[in-house]
Amino acid sequence: MPTRANPDSRGYFGQYGGKFIPETLMSALDKLESAYAEARADTDFQQQFKRLCRKYIGRPTPLYPAQQLSAEIGGAAILLKREDLAHTGAHKINNAVGQGLLAKRMGKKRIIAETGAGQHGVAAASACAMLGLECIAYMGEEDIRRQAPNVHRMKLMGTEVRPVSSGSRTLKDAINEAIRDWVSNVRNTYYLLGSVVGPHPYPMIVRDFQAIIGQETREQVLAAYHRLPDYLVACVGGGSNSIGLFHPFFSDKQVKFIGVEAAGRGLETGQHAAPLTSGEPGVLHGARSYLLTDDHGQIRETHSISAGLDYPGVGPEHSYYKDTERASYVAVTDNQALEGFRLLCHTEGIVPALEPAHAIYHAARLATDLPADRLIVVNLSGRGDKDLETVIKEAGMKL
Amino acid sequence: MSRITSVFWPTHKALIAYLTVGYPDIETTRRASTVLSDSGVDIIELGIPFSDPLADGATIQQASHRALQHGVTPQVCLEVASRLRREIATPLVFMTYYNPVFHYGLEAFCRDSTGAGINGLIIPDLPPEEGVELEVTTQQHNLDLIYLLAPTSPAERIATVAERSRGFIYLVSLAGVTGARQTLPRELESFARRVRQKAEQPLCVGFGISRPEQASRVAKVADGIIVGSRLIQLIEEDHSLTSLKTFTLDMREALEK
Repeated sequence: MPTRANPDSRGYFGQYGGKFIPETLMSALDKLESAYAEARADTDFQQQFKRLCRKYIGRPTPLYPAQQLSAEIGGAAILLKREDLAHTGAHKINNAVGQGLLAKRMGKKRIIAETGAGQHGVAAASACAMLGLECIAYMGEEDIRRQAPNVHRMKLMGTEVRPVSSGSRTLKDAINEAIRDWVSNVRNTYYLLGSVVGPHPYPMIVRDFQAIIGQETREQVLAAYHRLPDYLVACVGGGSNSIGLFHPFFSDKQVKFIGVEAAGRGLETGQHAAPLTSGEPGVLHGARSYLLTDDHGQIRETHSISAGLDYPGVGPEHSYYKDTERASYVAVTDNQALEGFRLLCHTEGIVPALEPAHAIYHAARLATDLPADRLIVVNLSGRGDKDLETVIKEAGMKL
Repeated sequence: MSRITSVFWPTHKALIAYLTVGYPDIETTRRASTVLSDSGVDIIELGIPFSDPLADGATIQQASHRALQHGVTPQVCLEVASRLRREIATPLVFMTYYNPVFHYGLEAFCRDSTGAGINGLIIPDLPPEEGVELEVTTQQHNLDLIYLLAPTSPAERIATVAERSRGFIYLVSLAGVTGARQTLPRELESFARRVRQKAEQPLCVGFGISRPEQASRVAKVADGIIVGSRLIQLIEEDHSLTSLKTFTLDMREALEK
């Protein structure tokens, strides 16, 4: 179903998006765009993707009514879209399998990926192992330190993890290095980008593969409640799990979208990763979008307790949703996210990743102010095993 | 004819030198510019450092990082350019990424660049698709917006750049990032010839060029060469700038062969 939320032929959502990328990559992006257009129209390709979604990823993921959580906090009902139950433990696998199939269709055998929390790296490693593709993942040294379990998982699946020591040694720098690799090896390499960022057509491709989250949610809510939800709440780093949930509801104007960014140590400290809440439009990694920069247009260092949200930019479709007020964006601090984390652990026996813990916290706050007949869907985008060490350390939690 | 195009004439191959402004410090940028200008450099590219230089290899990444640590901003680069303009006649070009320009404001950036004596802009993450607005603004301020082509550019992209690049066309010698290389790809000549068939502008080849024999080879198919990372390395190795001077003179001589 075409909607106004699709990018135009130049890859713009309103005034956001585009292709701000070195000339060397421009023809590769054009080829990717046409290969994807063909794949999208090819029913065999779509069926192959759907089959792997069922048999490999374990879709559809459940929509779980978190009644114990609701009982504790009161107010509106909270439904959890259980992407944490997808293969590899996060929504990232949807896109990794989709693009892996696309790469294979394009005859590319060498795959590169960037990763922050390691969730996309693990998803790419997994998809590449299964599809018989070589995989190299760029990961900032700081993220390698704080997400060690995922580094081991990638290596076990045959992926080469290349540490990135430039800049803040996090996701932004991993993307820089992945782009540099792609520029150098563009003829035989497929760049498997993990979020709805980067130059066109990536924000559209990743969005389309992640839209399965929202499509399933829509069917599941309608089947169980015979109505649409009132709110969709999801965390936003680059923004793929949130766009995946939101996009299929774009034309359902009564459904409100809330994106939750990382306020880190507090927006007032400047140590955060909340470009939509406190940034301004700029250009990074190939697209015009909201961005955290200093007074001179240099990209600012960010901070978030969750590696997956620790990024100064955001997908262009989110910037468009913000300006058109289709979605609203809020920011949740490290400490509040830890509160959300603990709340879900003890009420529901679910250990969320620190990224969706931000969304859990906000949804819980929102629910208490709403009547009991309202429905809030939270995208539980990943599971928290990878974060245990961080949580124990940061929260001084005793085992 | 712009100040940049005026350096190109049939019997003279242009030598274009890149410096990251403020690396290792502002004073060295000023001294190095004078040395380059006195040693046969035809155009100086002043790099405005950017935090995320994704088209650059390790050498320029580190130079940019150091310059930023020392507080080099677009404003500082404009001041450096103004001062150089009073000291040397060599055409000056700013090379930077799009975000600092966008953040400064296209109109203000072009106005202040012209005011500082800058003659053109090179922005490696701004392909012609995204450059329409800046083309108009640069033209209003008598600046040449120089576009790049790569060995991966197909015929239709070559035609677009041939139509729209001003000053010269920057040919990226290889699929890759900036940085001194031992060898240049074999396809370089055929790439330059493909562009020559469509373009009337001078063609200058950059990325990887770091040796006199490479300069001689490139001069046979192009109108100029661009050297960057190797100069940064020489400045780092020898703060007296004697090595920089010797190298530049060698490159100049190689271009004449």
